[in-house]
Amino acid sequence: MSLTHDARVPVRTASGVQRPALRGWPEIDNPAAWIVAIVLLIMPLIANGFFLIEIFATTLILGTIALSLMFLAGYGGMVSLMQLTVAGFAAYMVAVFGTSDNANISLGWPWWLAVPMALALATAFGSLGGALAVRTEGIYTIMITLAIGAAFYYFTNQNWAIFNGHTGINNVGTPRFWGVNWRADIPFYYIVLGVAALCYFAVEYISRAPFGLALQGVRDNPRRMAALGFNVNAHRVAAYAFASFVAALAGVLQVWNYRQISPGSVSVGACIDILIIAIVGGITRPIGPYIGALIFVLLRTFALDFLVKIGLDGNRFRLLIGLGFLAIVFWSSDGVIGLWQRWRERLSTPRSSGGRGHG
Amino acid sequence: MDSVAHRLSAVGAGAALELRGVTRLFGALAALTDVTITVRPGERRAVLGSNGAGKTTLFNCITGDFPLSSGTIRFFGEDITHFPPYERIRRGLRRTYQISALFPGLTVQDNVYLACRGVSRGRFSLLRPGQNDALMHAAENLVQAVHLTNVRDQRVAELAHGQQRQLEIALALAGAPRFVLFDEPAAGLSPAERLELIEILTSLPAHIGYIIIEHDMDVALRVVESVTMMHNGRIFKEGLPQEIQSDPEVQELYLGGGHE
Repeated sequence: MSLTHDARVPVRTASGVQRPALRGWPEIDNPAAWIVAIVLLIMPLIANGFFLIEIFATTLILGTIALSLMFLAGYGGMVSLMQLTVAGFAAYMVAVFGTSDNANISLGWPWWLAVPMALALATAFGSLGGALAVRTEGIYTIMITLAIGAAFYYFTNQNWAIFNGHTGINNVGTPRFWGVNWRADIPFYYIVLGVAALCYFAVEYISRAPFGLALQGVRDNPRRMAALGFNVNAHRVAAYAFASFVAALAGVLQVWNYRQISPGSVSVGACIDILIIAIVGGITRPIGPYIGALIFVLLRTFALDFLVKIGLDGNRFRLLIGLGFLAIVFWSSDGVIGLWQRWRERLSTPRSSGGRGHG
Repeated sequence: MDSVAHRLSAVGAGAALELRGVTRLFGALAALTDVTITVRPGERRAVLGSNGAGKTTLFNCITGDFPLSSGTIRFFGEDITHFPPYERIRRGLRRTYQISALFPGLTVQDNVYLACRGVSRGRFSLLRPGQNDALMHAAENLVQAVHLTNVRDQRVAELAHGQQRQLEIALALAGAPRFVLFDEPAAGLSPAERLELIEILTSLPAHIGYIIIEHDMDVALRVVESVTMMHNGRIFKEGLPQEIQSDPEVQELYLGGGHE
């Protein structure tokens, strides 16, 4: 039998073993996923406005930014610290092209023009940064993307013509149409949930599509990928473009959420928070960043009360996050989802590690 | 130099691979010096030589992993000297690695699927392959051809060494290869696996030529029709297998001098 198979030659079908690459999508036989989906959908019936926006919408927005990092780091092996910067860039662009208090800066475009513009510019910005970063690997990628993030932070602080310096841009307009104020708690929650779900499923889906598989190949062995006919750098830049678009979507939601954007939202500390969220949750699967974001937001919101109660300064909530981060990287290099997975495997011991790919 | 290719093919018809004066320097060290090789389409050749003779460097120069310091490389008549590696691969050049270069986080099937995808269109496709995806079937057949069907859905990190070597070969045979560079495919294989390897190599379609680097003379000389001996980054001798084997200089240099 011949060893080579031209792709064009039709060939017989293989035996009926279930193939991971061809399994049904989305996976509809996972009861836990159904429960989570239903709880998220009926959340406005359960939670009050504070929980709905300050906890869950914020979690979903931060989770989506961290998801863009998970896509780059988990599938592409590229740890980008500029994902929050890309989101912040999109947020600024919504404020600049849309409406705000500052009539000197904001162009007053309607939201349906300002948002696509912001998404396009932020995607271009992130792809450009990516094009710089892909020439390096490992720690140097981190350094370059961190430098881009830091440069953007200081630039927004000092530029008054577009970014309005350290004051930032306040009272950014939010969409109202069909007689609905879409920034009201419940409509906004559903917008955020919809966008987050879209991004989550897009990442999940693409992880098994040729583009995503090739990205994982680039992560595992870039030199071999070139020796298989792939343009590795083009693939990496394309991954940055996709991740930037995801981050930009979250950035638009973020500026609608707070109705203002200022350098504090794109600080280096905030960039690193995104890394912490992704690592704590786990970067091997798209659900990880959302779990990490939930932990982060819960700690940020409630650690203050807890710390005051045990007699410490409430502003030290980062101490708890830091300790949690240390504990996670110490005991589980693949985050909370790694702990969860091992715990489940221990429950069903006889079924040892199968051929499970990522995603 | 009396080229084997000229003796094997009456007319100097279009060569598959043509190296002219290929030189590669690493600082002051000349890893390759003025290497000139011509290989016919379908020709199978062994490159022999001790460690440090420049064999793997030669492969890295042909695939474009290392840029040349001087010289030219033609592939089926086309000057590919300044092409990036992926452009050379898309033209039908393939290679395997001495130390398996696979994707440990992916399954066997996905590894081969990537190899098939790399040399066809849709590398950036965002759509998952469907039930009747031609490349998916091509990948399945290739997996079967190297006897890995029973571990098709396992992650490559979990495979035994011999299986990884077989997968290494499968990746190089995806799509429509015209010329393959095998870098010590028998490294670390058991005697039985070596026989299997010889069978795979000899059963390749006749139009696919290859160069094989192999320390094991028994393997090398059974699967090739010509031999190039390298020494210190230069071509030392070219000839038919039996000529090389019986050459006293070669025996002195290669078989006598610390052959592992």
